[in-house]
Amino acid sequence: MSKLQLLTKGILKENPTFVLMLGMCPTLGTTTSAINGMGMGVATMFVLIMSNIVISLVKNLIPGKVRIPAFIVIIASFVTVVQLCMEAYLPSLYNTLGVFIPLIVVNCIILGRAEAFASKNGVWASALDGVGIGLGFTLSLTLLGAVREILGSCSVFGYKFINADGILIFVLAPGAFLALGYLLVLFNKFTAKLK
Amino acid sequence: MEYLFIIISAIFVNNIVLSQFLGICPFLGVSNKVETSLGMGGAVTFVMAISSLVVYLIQYYILEPLHIEYMQTIVFILVIAALVQMVEIILKKLSPSLYQALGIFLPLITTNCAVLGVAILLVQKQYNLLESVVFATATAIGFTVALVLFAGLRERLALANVPAAMKGIPVALITAGILAMAFMGFSGLV
Repeated sequence: MSKLQLLTKGILKENPTFVLMLGMCPTLGTTTSAINGMGMGVATMFVLIMSNIVISLVKNLIPGKVRIPAFIVIIASFVTVVQLCMEAYLPSLYNTLGVFIPLIVVNCIILGRAEAFASKNGVWASALDGVGIGLGFTLSLTLLGAVREILGSCSVFGYKFINADGILIFVLAPGAFLALGYLLVLFNKFTAKLK
Repeated sequence: MEYLFIIISAIFVNNIVLSQFLGICPFLGVSNKVETSLGMGGAVTFVMAISSLVVYLIQYYILEPLHIEYMQTIVFILVIAALVQMVEIILKKLSPSLYQALGIFLPLITTNCAVLGVAILLVQKQYNLLESVVFATATAIGFTVALVLFAGLRERLALANVPAAMKGIPVALITAGILAMAFMGFSGLV
């Protein structure tokens, strides 16, 4: 796989949200607005890139039998780094994302990439893979957040384009399922046309 | 009375799946049949009740006295992963029939974010020991309720004729959205 393919596969072909359906909890839980979705995506992307790099560096030192716990410790360390940095520099985003920040640890995308890619490939390729998948995840979350924000409160990234209340349900819990469901339908239609 | 509030709020009002979005993976993954979803719910209830107890003791007797609360995420995930393994081994010895019933679902629970989520939530809410265990058990029951209801819906859905682009996950998500809307009716109950 070429370098460019590694970077772009996460956006359409192996999109973690719309194709692989991984990491659904933060996808549904944090996308009440575009900016929240983006914040979550970037935080996950950072953890993904760093853990991919470290795991590909130490992959030969870890015995096969204990590799999963070892991966989890590496991932959890970077999650703690993100958690502490966010609490210090972006306290309002930290409060809205709440419990989902420590829960990046159990995001299946990260452990999945560690197991399927970083533990078999070199540092450079693993870093690019992290960027690619992370970008795909961030884009999907931002898109879902933007759709919910437009429908739910008539604004994008906090900028109100119509002075109205919007359909409140899309900001609340059921709206997350509905918005993602219908986005998936559109995505399936779109990719079916491409084929 | 206080415990009753915790129980009702955890099962219906703040249902872990439908209003907090934790444990979505098993919710979408193992909800094809009512039977398997009952098994998954049972395994989660079992692990969550034990893990809440262990996590409480670790938080208040190890992490806080040593002032290393920032290690929470790392310690909790490792403890939960080890605990699931231990539960599996103990069950296999003590109760082979229960192990048979829950067996295949136990390894899946390590990656169930609901277990870690509940552990973090009960520390955030500053519950005492008994409240923690009650909260965790009630939350797990809420998880089971949502899972079983959804499995029932999906069993019906499998027979329905849906458009090609909506088959599988998309229509399941939309159904979950409507189910979540029904659960919103409970808000304001407690």
